[in-house]
Amino acid sequence: MHELSLIASVFDVLEENARAHGAARVTKVVLQVGRMSGVVPDLLESAFDTYKQGTLAEGARLEIVDVPVRLRCSDCGGEAAREDSDFSCAACGSRRVEIVAGRELVVERIELETDGA
Amino acid sequence: MTTKTISVLQDLLATNKQAAAAIRQELSSRGILCINLLSSPGSGKTTLLESLADRLRGRYRMAVIEGDIETERDAERIRAKGIPAWQITTGGACHLEARMIGRVLSHVPAAIDFLFIENVGNLVCPASYDLGEDLRCVLLSSPEGDDKPAKYPQAFLSADCLILTKADLVPYLPFDPAKAAAEALSIKPGLRIFTVSALRGDGVDELAAYFAEALERLRSARA
Repeated sequence: MHELSLIASVFDVLEENARAHGAARVTKVVLQVGRMSGVVPDLLESAFDTYKQGTLAEGARLEIVDVPVRLRCSDCGGEAAREDSDFSCAACGSRRVEIVAGRELVVERIELETDGA
Repeated sequence: MTTKTISVLQDLLATNKQAAAAIRQELSSRGILCINLLSSPGSGKTTLLESLADRLRGRYRMAVIEGDIETERDAERIRAKGIPAWQITTGGACHLEARMIGRVLSHVPAAIDFLFIENVGNLVCPASYDLGEDLRCVLLSSPEGDDKPAKYPQAFLSADCLILTKADLVPYLPFDPAKAAAEALSIKPGLRIFTVSALRGDGVDELAAYFAEALERLRSARA
């Protein structure tokens, strides 16, 4: 349940970028959330909707990009996505695998609106 | 009115990762091994620290940073053992973050060997936050059940060592230590596993030896 503190970090990123680009509003936020990131997308959405009130992102929509877990095998070099919590190589069964994706908590892109021409 | 899309690609945990890296560097330059203890509430983190305090006394010096939502209770228990301890009360937050540790760091005496961080009791959120530790230990107590590793994979994946606690209760519970260990190893091969009863002191010397070896490695890498 640390979704609210993560959303606070999202707003730091939004404010910094809006200022840098002279924008008046943020209209959309795209977040990459890995399946192994330890956060629940639904809770992130509720936290975002609560936090945005009275901010420059008041009318913004949060889009969450779900990032599946991908493993790279240290033995056969194969790389594949894993749906379940089986942390072994899909090709050779080795357990010497490295998680190459699925831990993301990243602000991918944002949409800004600027007043005037 | 114009609209534009900006590619940001900013990691939300970047600030925490930077703070953790600074702590790791600071402690390593002082020759201090930092150990982050992570587990559910009531799994025996504080009792294990009390037992370690007794076992390490006279050979190694330790200090403890306690994380809890409320109260100084855990820090008081550690201080009663003659060990310096600082309590961080998060006031509701479910985990410790690196900057909270950073604020306490200046109080930590230079002449210690081990700095233990007892995280807020929670097997989920603390797993996402690097605190600048050298070793992350997950505790799993026998009353919790041997099916927990697969239910909370992130905690076990991020750990260096698993400590099965309350081994003295195993005869009374449907807890199979071999099953818990096998499940944890299937998630994190190479995980070091210790079985302890902190109340009786069983297995605590083996765990202390593991910490001492890691301390030696840290100091020889620095030399």
